[in-house]
Amino acid sequence: MSMFGQVYVKDNKYKLKGEFHHLTPNTPIRDADDNWKLLGVTNPRDMTFIHSYGGEAIFFESLSQGKLMATRCDQDGCDSKGTIYIPFRTHCPDCLGKNSVIDLTDIAKTTAKVHTFMVCERSGAFNVLEKPIKFINIEFDGVATILMSYLSLGEPEFNMEVVPIFKTTGPTFTILDLSWVPKGTSESQLPEGFTF
Amino acid sequence: MIKFSKQQLKIPKLQRPVYLVTAGQSKFDRAFPDKRTEELCIDSFTMAAGLLDISPAELKKYIHTCYYGHFADHFGDQLLGESVIHDRLGLDPLGNVGVKTGGATGGSTMWEGMKAVASGYSDCVLVMGWERMDEVPTDEGNFLISCAADKDWESPLGHIYTGYYAVMAQRYWQIFGKSEDSFRRTLAEIAVKHHGYARFNPFAQAPMKITVDDVLNSPVVAYPLRALDCCLMSVGAACSILCDEDTADQLTKNSKNKPLRIWVSAGSHTLRPADRLDMDIPLLPNETPDQYKDLGERFPGGDRYPGFTGFLAARMAALYGYGMAGITDPTEDLDVVELHDAFTISDVQTYEDIGIRPYGYGREYVESGDCYHTNPNTGEPGKLPSNLSGGLIGCMHSVGATGIMQTYEIATHIWNRWDEIHGDDKLWKQYNREKPSDWTSLQVKDAKRGMAISHAGVGSHVTATILMDPDHLINKDD
Ligand SMILES: [Zn+2]
Repeated sequence: MSMFGQVYVKDNKYKLKGEFHHLTPNTPIRDADDNWKLLGVTNPRDMTFIHSYGGEAIFFESLSQGKLMATRCDQDGCDSKGTIYIPFRTHCPDCLGKNSVIDLTDIAKTTAKVHTFMVCERSGAFNVLEKPIKFINIEFDGVATILMSYLSLGEPEFNMEVVPIFKTTGPTFTILDLSWVPKGTSESQLPEGFTF
Repeated sequence: MIKFSKQQLKIPKLQRPVYLVTAGQSKFDRAFPDKRTEELCIDSFTMAAGLLDISPAELKKYIHTCYYGHFADHFGDQLLGESVIHDRLGLDPLGNVGVKTGGATGGSTMWEGMKAVASGYSDCVLVMGWERMDEVPTDEGNFLISCAADKDWESPLGHIYTGYYAVMAQRYWQIFGKSEDSFRRTLAEIAVKHHGYARFNPFAQAPMKITVDDVLNSPVVAYPLRALDCCLMSVGAACSILCDEDTADQLTKNSKNKPLRIWVSAGSHTLRPADRLDMDIPLLPNETPDQYKDLGERFPGGDRYPGFTGFLAARMAALYGYGMAGITDPTEDLDVVELHDAFTISDVQTYEDIGIRPYGYGREYVESGDCYHTNPNTGEPGKLPSNLSGGLIGCMHSVGATGIMQTYEIATHIWNRWDEIHGDDKLWKQYNREKPSDWTSLQVKDAKRGMAISHAGVGSHVTATILMDPDHLINKDD
């Protein structure tokens, strides 16, 4: 078994290990209704991309440590000074000054509410979430934006109070490390790898 | 709270009038195992030349620059797919550029083409769009479409774009639709209407004679949306030719096509719905500041604008477009529209964004019968028929072509050529589709003005393409 592609950075350069693509042969596409004449060919493709989170890396690192980070414009003179953004915005969309990173965990634990939701029976290829997926969009007191995420327990409804949970064991370092459960859920009910 | 500056709200002004002289399209289908994309593009171009009664080679002589709409390179596994088409159309060495704005790609390509003529850079341009969505299975297709969402914050969540969109539908459904069965049935009526109109359109991929109950019994995709509430995944191409006045006169000399005045406008909004900030509702000419003061009382929870229920990009496209073309009330001033019915519920939301009905009352456009070719309540012509092509639900959503297909359809009504094209027995036969025995003309009688709305995903881009018979302009002099 070959090794999945892995990457680290040294001296500001990407260092690669393992396989970043897999070879699969092309096969012909033929017409069963017309003497199996050639119509085309399959083109297999399986690649691993190397992606930098840049200024948002701290958000994804923090999830694995049980913290929900956001950003805020603190620039004097900006009309949007004090506005809090999650999803992250590294820079203020108004003045384009660099935003401050703030810890939103406590506000999320005490004020998060479902703004809207959708229970989705379908998924695309490469989905790893259990179906149906319960999409929720979450509003927080004092925050200008409405974060999209998913509910791991219970049935979503408008204004439902929810609390964040974090995949602190075996984190994926993606947005999937953040999920939500109804307020009052006990630690023992949480999905594997997740903590409050 | 977001505020817009005077400069940002300027009504666009064209340097000179722009005309649409012809348009064409290919057959639309879920898959074309036996056709390359350029074959479909050439089909559409050949049709456009045919409507002018000239050869494709003759038409090509007039073209000066080319604008190509093709959204998803990764579906076809071909970067610079635009250059492939440009080369196969034999249009070297003309300047060309690719345009991609998600579901609004077709409309945005029209927008670019219009500006090239309006500015004087070109006297005649080709606007062409297509999409190839049959090169991967549906599952992988959903994955590829989800790549249009934010790849760090959204796409990993199920890789299913419908989910990111449907949360907005849910909010509209509960706040403005009040989760009423009657509203759910109104949504289903839209699907019945669009699949039904598709039966009379030989280009259309999903003609169906169905009932409201069929829609309500179709599989749930994302409650309350069901399979028959959703747009199609398609392959196909469409094109149009835009000109200045002199070229338009030359090209239409021997043709039944009358040059039509065209204006295209565009708006945008955040890629992630999450980032939508509160603002005042930008008002259209048929609205007053007072009418929305108590919106939150009439529809509890509906006071946040655009929140997750309005499409600011559509509102802005309408605001700029109506300003350019002199439209003050779309229902009064227009005769026919093609709207971006990605889902039945987004069709309703769009009625409000573009001012066909005020915010909160979109459903009334369907329930009044105004949106039909023939109003089912009165038997009289509908006041503003919409999506007589079948729209994205019944005809196609071959993304880069969609906004151009809509424009083509509107033009055939104003040219009074809808029957000639859609009723053509030869075309039905050529497309290997059976013309229904109850085939009915959907020509809008005396149509002089129309509009097509092209819309991307969760509302990141929207364009408005307005066409008018030059003898029936609203602004006489612009
Ligand atoms: Zn700022």
